[in-house]
Parts: sequence; structure tokens; C-alpha cells
Amino acid sequence: MRLMDKVNSITFKIMSPELVRTHAVVNIINPELYDVDGYPIEGGLMDPRMGVIDPGIRCRTCGGKVKECTGHFGTIELARPVIHYEFNEMIYNILRGTCQCCGRLMVDDEVTKKYEAELKSIFENKGYKAQWLHTKKIVSRLKTKKVCPHCNAEKGKIIYQKPTRFFMEKTLLTPIDIREWLEMVRSEDCFILGLDPDAGRPEWVILNVVSVPPVTVRPSITLEGGQRSEDDLTHKLGDIVRTNQRLYENLNAGAPSPIIEDLWLLLQYHVTTFFDNEVSQIPPARHRSGRPLRTLTNRLKGKDGRFRRNLAGKRVNFSARTVISPDPSLEIDEVGVPFEVAKELTIPERINEWNLSYLTSFVKNGPHIHPGANYVITSDGKRKRITDQTKSVILEELEPGYIVERHLIDGDHVLFNRQPSLHKMSIMAHRAKILPGKTFRLNLSTTEPYNADFDGDEMNLHLPQTEEARAEASVLMNVPNMILSPRHGTPIIGAIQDHVSGCFILTSDDTVLKNSEAFQLLFTSGLEASDLPFKKEYSGKELFSVLLPDNFNFEREGLVVKNGVLLEGSLESRDIGRGGLFLQKFFIQFGPEKTAEFIQRMDQLGIHMLKLRGFSMKLSDIALPNNVQKQVNKLKNDALLKVQNLILSFESKKLVAHPGRTLRETLELMIVGELNKARNKAISLVKIALDDRENDAMIMVKTRAKGSMLNIGMMNAFNGQTSLRGSRINKGYSGRVLPHFKKDDLGAKSHGFIENGFVQGLNPFEFFFAAITGRSSLMDKSMATPKSGYLQRRLINALQDLKVVGDGSVRDDWENVIQFLYGDDGFDAVKKKSFEVSKKL
Amino acid sequence: MKTGKNDLKVENGESVGIIAAQSIGEPGTQMTMNVFHHAGVSDMTITQGLPRIIEIFDARKNPSTPSMIIYIKPEFEKDEKIVRNVAARLLEINLSDLTKSVNIDLLNFRVIINLDDEKLGSYDISIDEIIENLSSRVKNASYEKNENSIIVKPDSDLTVINVYKFRAKLLSTYVRGVKGINQVLPVRYGSGYIIKTSGTNLSKVMKIPEIDEMRTVTNDIWEILEVLGIDAAREAIINEVYATLDAQGLDVDSRHVMIVADQMTNTGIISGITRYGIVGSKSSPLARASFETPIKHLFGASVHNEVDSLRGVIENVMINQPAPVGTGLPKLMVKQKKESKK
Repeated sequence: MRLMDKVNSITFKIMSPELVRTHAVVNIINPELYDVDGYPIEGGLMDPRMGVIDPGIRCRTCGGKVKECTGHFGTIELARPVIHYEFNEMIYNILRGTCQCCGRLMVDDEVTKKYEAELKSIFENKGYKAQWLHTKKIVSRLKTKKVCPHCNAEKGKIIYQKPTRFFMEKTLLTPIDIREWLEMVRSEDCFILGLDPDAGRPEWVILNVVSVPPVTVRPSITLEGGQRSEDDLTHKLGDIVRTNQRLYENLNAGAPSPIIEDLWLLLQYHVTTFFDNEVSQIPPARHRSGRPLRTLTNRLKGKDGRFRRNLAGKRVNFSARTVISPDPSLEIDEVGVPFEVAKELTIPERINEWNLSYLTSFVKNGPHIHPGANYVITSDGKRKRITDQTKSVILEELEPGYIVERHLIDGDHVLFNRQPSLHKMSIMAHRAKILPGKTFRLNLSTTEPYNADFDGDEMNLHLPQTEEARAEASVLMNVPNMILSPRHGTPIIGAIQDHVSGCFILTSDDTVLKNSEAFQLLFTSGLEASDLPFKKEYSGKELFSVLLPDNFNFEREGLVVKNGVLLEGSLESRDIGRGGLFLQKFFIQFGPEKTAEFIQRMDQLGIHMLKLRGFSMKLSDIALPNNVQKQVNKLKNDALLKVQNLILSFESKKLVAHPGRTLRETLELMIVGELNKARNKAISLVKIALDDRENDAMIMVKTRAKGSMLNIGMMNAFNGQTSLRGSRINKGYSGRVLPHFKKDDLGAKSHGFIENGFVQGLNPFEFFFAAITGRSSLMDKSMATPKSGYLQRRLINALQDLKVVGDGSVRDDWENVIQFLYGDDGFDAVKKKSFEVSKKL
Repeated sequence: MKTGKNDLKVENGESVGIIAAQSIGEPGTQMTMNVFHHAGVSDMTITQGLPRIIEIFDARKNPSTPSMIIYIKPEFEKDEKIVRNVAARLLEINLSDLTKSVNIDLLNFRVIINLDDEKLGSYDISIDEIIENLSSRVKNASYEKNENSIIVKPDSDLTVINVYKFRAKLLSTYVRGVKGINQVLPVRYGSGYIIKTSGTNLSKVMKIPEIDEMRTVTNDIWEILEVLGIDAAREAIINEVYATLDAQGLDVDSRHVMIVADQMTNTGIISGITRYGIVGSKSSPLARASFETPIKHLFGASVHNEVDSLRGVIENVMINQPAPVGTGLPKLMVKQKKESKK
């Protein structure tokens, strides 16, 4: 491997015409591409000397085949020079700042020196950006000078007419005039006008010759039926060549000047659109179908341009993508990989005398049987595909020094990713587990960092190819090391949903299991219980304590763990779920691997506990006793009555406005307040009425496994006031939300109050209210996603070069100090939070 | 268990910038788009959530809802009367807020301002005070009190059009309060009171004697930069971003916010996280080109003979080389014996 071929720096300059010509292998003079037999014409745009795009043909210049020859440039010698559009600003500056007679700056030498010194010091102190700004200032000072101090010539005002024409007063400056002018300008003066003398000469931007990119840059594609379809760039270059040839002919024939000028302008147009087809003021060059051509700048620009599409992010090999599905029996740092995928993804391993028989066994299996191999690479670097025919030959010649590209097998570290990759936990290293089936399988606890669900989500898998990459993946990116999130330093991987409910039930005070049940539970959860004393019955807490190491202690209000025994209280999501302190304490004490295993076992305990007991939300979970239902109704009706009174007092102007609010706003606020108060009261009634350890819905809410009291209340009490943009619904028809209401009715029911719960069912108006708020939240979400995505892209771009260096300070790419001590304390977010937690507990 | 201070240190080469950017950007989708937030009856409407975060990071010169939180000196803050009095004196009152009608006496080229008794009473302001303030702000005119009206006579003779202009100028002149403060709201805070305002004018407010200038803040970061300097602006960015995230119930470690604020204020002025700000002033043309407007940056670079030294992350990604962060940093050093000269 060649590791040391490092690019040190890249310098940007203006390309000189000489350079363009020396790079070129052919001068294009023929606008036709192919002759009658379909062969490329010499001197045409598809000249075979400019590279090859068809397999089997060799390059006429370098003799390389399709992927070996990167192509060679050509030229188009222009009959008349044209302006390079993208350099207009520079041309304008120089024309305004210099004399058309002698090409000197419009000030005397002394001032010139002063300007030069100013620019240099500004560049050193403030960088390029400030230097450009200062250049603009200098130009605006120079352009007012009317007499050249060097040759006393009078100079008119330079007018720039977009996109490519310059005038002095009213006379047009042709590119030839401009070129002659720019040739006179001294390099020292260019610096003051914004062109670095080392970057090139100003006259180079008036093009005498256009560089023609190799055919490999603009490959043609063969359609069905053998018809060729050319690249947009070829079309554009064809236009340039065609116009150029016509201009030559007319010049030679001594055509009248209006014709010459028209052709010249046309040539200018084609060259301009060749570089940039989105110049304002000129119509974009179009394809025959009317589609604008995609020319050079279009290829670089934007999300699908060369920079963001091909340079900042690249396509990779050794990757796979498929649908994901859950598998609770996998460890949290495993990922289930289909056989089909495992047989495509390979790892190169070099044979030595100790692993010869091991790697030979892969080759023996061949490409079709799973732990097999697809290729071998011989000691002299030849790649050989293993097929049924070649297998026996390859098996015989295998020897140390060969590389075997073996299939992915159990235990290999792979990178697993779900887009959008919003944080570093979106790409983690898992251990592969090859399984039948066609989906990637993952443990449910790892859905949280990926933000994945199984409604059709797909995920990507990458296989690191070098030993260094595998080492970095397994040490820096493995799932156990990602349990604590650097965003807040608390766990992001933990028990979710049923795991929480199950562990809560298991550790409830009155959970007692027969020994047969208990051992079944422990065994299916993969726990060893050899030091559990034999008893007839076990409490759930005893069984959970099997998980806990002897030296683990934890305490919070209502929960006590001492010496690895759960003494008091039941586990909830705030202990073992996302952000759980219990988990965090465990992590601090026992490290990532032990914690990962703990989470996996705990999840299993929870699930199997639920299997044993049965767990399902049912109608009876939310059925309210009659007296409670009456109380709820009374609350609601009272609130509605109060709203009526509020409206009455508003109409009779008895209502007192809040400071800084109008009367109407005050009324709105008070109505919303009253109705929300009623709903909250109703919800607390429901909470008391339903609180029962057989009520599965309430268990989920209480443990924060899933759902909230509001969800339950909206089912069996009433939905309450819907809110749109922070107030009641006041939109729709004039004076009313829906046509069924009286105009200007301020009442609760006509402005989005839903008096039914989902059990009773919503009436049609209420259904509309619910739909309105539902749609508005959907809209908000779809507006926020691209905005926050753009924010993130900007943040990453602004901060990506920052790193911590040896002295604990934060530096940017030029080693400028951004922070003297990271975060003012030099601590890692994860470790510091853990430290605080461990001190508190 | 890791408890030693050295164990808590960040690893060398840790890419703290990217981690900070992700920590702030990742919860972005969970933030509300709702611009306005009414936390209760007695609260100002303030831009919240994602729009506010974007506003701060863009370093916009004018926040969409400028606002101040004004603390009162400890000795006064418990006295509701004093607080209300301070609040009343903060509120910007224009002459037009107090008038019943304004007449122009074209014969004598005078403006006659008829004041509204009720409004005078509710703002508790006397005619003398109005005249005093008016005369100090609109000079070149003489003022005369006449029962409930003020007669203003410009010193020099004006044309008819100019008299109308003069009237408009008079009406928009503020006669009391601090310019820019257009709403005040004294709110209970602990055992005392604070004043929330809409509109901001930090430098003027800080000069009011009853006000605790040490604690009083505005949400206009550029104003803080102007009045208190770059370090205060950094602190303000941290506080504002953190408070906004906190209000959304998002838990983000403050060190991540700090690093963004430090990057924004590193050069001594506030540069936003935009193509004109931090990213635009990077020295690497490739890094700039890969962010936005690549054409402009590439041609600019060629004219200025710029050199990309490939020190950043994105440049090295582009040319397939290890990026100089994290494990890309360490280099191999080989001790070489001096070759003996033959």
C-alpha cells in the first residue's frame, strides 16, 4: 500500500493559453462527430486522441484502455478572442483602475506603493476576505480619476453592460481592445486591482483558445438500436466549433463587418454558456427537447454537483442495504445479516503459515456455500475469481502471501447506519451474525440511537476492509461505547416499551413466582442462577437481583439497591430507560461491555415476564366507573358554564383586561385556561380511578414505558380544547370555523373544544377540529425538517475542523485557539456527567 | 470506577466541533416551529424554538422579537410601587399617544396640540413634563401651555408643506421613557419583581438608577456586543441558545453551546454560521467551495493565487486522505541514525 503519497497543498491559478496548448493533443476544427461509417472524425470533438470511452479500444495518445487512460485535452483556436464571463469583475476592476494609453495605474508611484502596503498588511492581519473588500475601496477611488498621471491621457468612464460587454463612454471595447489594454498593465499594478501577479496575467482571461475537455469527461451513451446520444458538453462544444469555423470562413472571405460582429457575438454567447449556462440576462442554451444544457458550472454547483455529490461524499464498495426487522434474541451489539449479503461482502485476509488451513477452508467452500470466499489475490497482485472451474487450481497454489477475500462471518465487526445520520450514534459498529431471511435484524434497544422503527425502514451496512479500520470500528464505534450520549452524558440505549413494563411488573412488591416459573424465566432470559438458594417461591425482586453484581448500590426515592439486591421499589423508565440514572450508575461502575450485557438480559427478563403474565391494553383498562364518569362530565359542564359566563361578561364589558392585552385576547386566554384546567382535573380524576396493578395501560403510563395520562384521558374523559398556533381555532369561514355554527359565536364548542373522548366517539364538528390540528402539526413538522437539516449542515461545516490538542485547548485547522480549555473545564461531556452522577449517588 | 480528574479529560484529538454541531443539530427536528410562545397570562411573546436558534446562529442584526429582562436593585425590587414607577418611566410614549387632536394654524404657522386628559391621567404625566421633553428634543421652536393644549411655534418661517412635516415630527417625538421600549410588564420574580419589555435599549436602560445593571439583559446579541463587548456577546449567545433549548425540554450539555459561541466570537466580532460568516472566512478554497457557491470561491481563489494547504477535514475527504482529527492526527516518528558521510 502506498500510504506516503500525500498531497501537500493545492494552488489555484489562472490557466495560461500556452498551458492550454501544451496540454492539448488535438486542435478541433470539425463540428461533425462521426463519419458515415460511425467512426469518430479526426479533428472532431470525439477525436480518438482525446481518450477512450468504448471498452476494447486503446487510446491513440497514451495507449491506455478504458479505465487506464483518464483522457487528454484538446483546444479550439478561436478566430476572434472572447471574454471569459466568470472573470468579469476582475476585468472591470482593471479597466477602471488603469489608463487605456499606457496601462499604468491611475495614480502616481507613491500612492501605488501606499496601496500595496495597505493591502499587504490587511491580508496579513485579516485574511483574504478583508483584502478583497479593500480592493473594492481602492478601485472606487481610482475610477474617479480622469487624467492619467503617467502619460496625461484623458480617460472616459468605463461602463460594464451585463453580461459580457464593456464600453468606454459610448464606444464599445471589443475583446481585442480589452486584450491589448490588459497586456499593457504591469503585474505590480494588477496586485492592487485584485489580481495576484503569481496567479497569472490579466490578458489570459480574454480567451484566444478554449480548452476542450477529454471525451472521458463527456462520454456519449449508446441508446438501444445503436443510436448515439452525446453529452451536453459535447453539444455545447459543437456549437462553439461550428460558430468558430463560420467566423473563420467569413473572415477569410472578407465578409462585411456586421456579419462578422454578429458571429463574434454568437461565439461569445456559446463560450459563455459553455462555462455557465445560468448567466442572468442571457437565455440559457437549450437542448433540442427544450431542456437547458448542463454545462461546466452546473456540474460543480449544488447538492448534486461534483463537490457535494462526488467529493465530499463518495460511493463505496462493500456495503449493503435492506429492510430492518426486530430480533430480541440478538445481543445489543449484534446485527443479523442475511446469507445473501454475507456471501457478497468480503474481507481480505493474508495467508501466513499459521492460518493457511483456516483460510483454505473458505476457498474450499467457494463462492456459493456460506463461509466461503469469492476471490484470491496472488502474491504478485493478480486477482482470481473462485468459481467451480478455478477452485481446484487455486486450492493447489494457495500459499503464504496470498490474500483470500473471505465471506463475512459471525463476529466480524461491521458498521451499521440509518439515515438521516444526525449524530455519531447513527453509525455504530456491530458484530455480524449471519442469519436466514432477507432483512437486517437488530436488537430493540438499539432502535433508539438510530431512531429506527420497523414500518419499512431500511438501513445500510459497511464492511471495513483494513485491519486499522476494523480496529477503529471495534474500539471507537462499537455499540457498548455509545450507550452514553455525548449530547447530555446520559444513556441513550436502554430498556424501552415492553422491557420497562416487564421489569416494572417483575420488580413490583407483590410479584411472586413459583420456582418452576422462576427458573423458566431466568433460563429463557439467559441468566445463570446457580447461587440462588432453592425455594418454593421467589419474589420478582429476588429474580431481578440475579442480574445485579454484588457490589452494585443504587438509591433514589422509593428505590433501594444494596449490595446487588433490589430491596425496595420497582424499576421504571427513568431508571433503566433512556436517560436512566440506574443504568448510568451501572455503566460508570462496570463499563461498557458489562452494561451492554446487562441491558440485553434486563430486556429479556422484561419480555419473558410479560409472556408469563400476559400483557395487553384492553377496553377495560380505560373503562371509567360510573361515579367517576359523572364527575368528569360535571367538570366538563361546569367549565362550559364558566366559559359562557366569561363570554357574557365580555359582551357586557365587565371583563377586566390583563395588562398589555386587549379585552378579546384576555377572553381567549381565560377561556383556554378554564377549559385546560377542566381537562387536567378530569385527567387527575381518571388517574386516581384507574390506578390498579392489573391495569396494563396504566402500568405503561406510570412506568413511562409508553403513552401518557393525556392519551388515556383523551380516550375515556374528553379531548378538551384543541389548540392551533397557541390559541383556540379561529380560522375558517368569516366569523366561524365551520358553516354549522352561528356567526361570531365565541362559545367553546364552536372554537375547537372537543367534549367527547375517543370511547364515546367524536361528533362531526369535533372530528374536523381534530383533523385541523392534526394537519397543522404535520405541516409544522414538514417545514421544520429541512430547516433543521440545513442548520445542522451549516453547524457541521463551521465546526468540523475543531479538535482538542495535547494541552487541552480547542484548536481549528490552523491551530488557532478557539477555547483555552475545552468547555472551560477540559472534561468530556460523557465522563463529566458520569462523574457528577456517581458523586450524587 | 473512574473518578480521578485526569480520567475525565477529553481524549486528545477528539473532534469536539462535530460533536457539538451534532448535539445541537440532532434535536433540531424535535423543536417547535411555533414562532411565538405565550407561557402564561403575564408573559411577552418571544420567538422560540428552531426559529430562535436559527436567528442566533445566523447572527442577524435585528432579532424578530427584541426584548429585555430588567432587574431592579435589591433594595427596590420588593417594592411594587417603585417597580411600577420604573416600568412606567421605561415605556416609550410618543406625543401622538397623548393627543386628542392636532390642529395647524396656517395663519400663524403654529401647531396646536390638544391633549387628552384621560390619557394624561393614565400615563400619569403632566403637561409641563411634556413641554420640557419636547423642547429638549425638537429645538428651534417655542412652546406655550394653554389649558389642555400646547401651542408650538417654529422659530423660523416654514412653508406649508414643512409645517405639516413639522407636525409629524412633533407627534413621533417621544416625551417620556426609553426609546425603543414599546411594552413593559412588571412580573413577580422570586420575592421581588422584574420588568420584562418588548423592544430593547440596553445602554439607556442601564443608566436608570434603580436598575440593577449587573443583571439586566437583552436578547439582542449585537446590542450586547456594542455596549458590553465581545466576551459579553459570547456569554449572551450561550445563555440565549441554552435557554431556548431548555424551554423546549431538550437536554444539551452547555459545553456544546459554548464551542459554537466561541467559534462565532473568535475573531472579535460576531460572525454567523452562514456562507458570509464563519464558513465564508475559512482560508481553504475547497472547504468554502464545498459549502455553498462553489463557482464564486473557485474563481476568486484563482484570481488571488490562493493555496489550499489541506489542513481541514473536508479538503482531505475530497482527496481521499486521512483527515487531521482523532486517529488521523498521530504521526509516526522514526529515530534515524545520522548517515555517515562517505
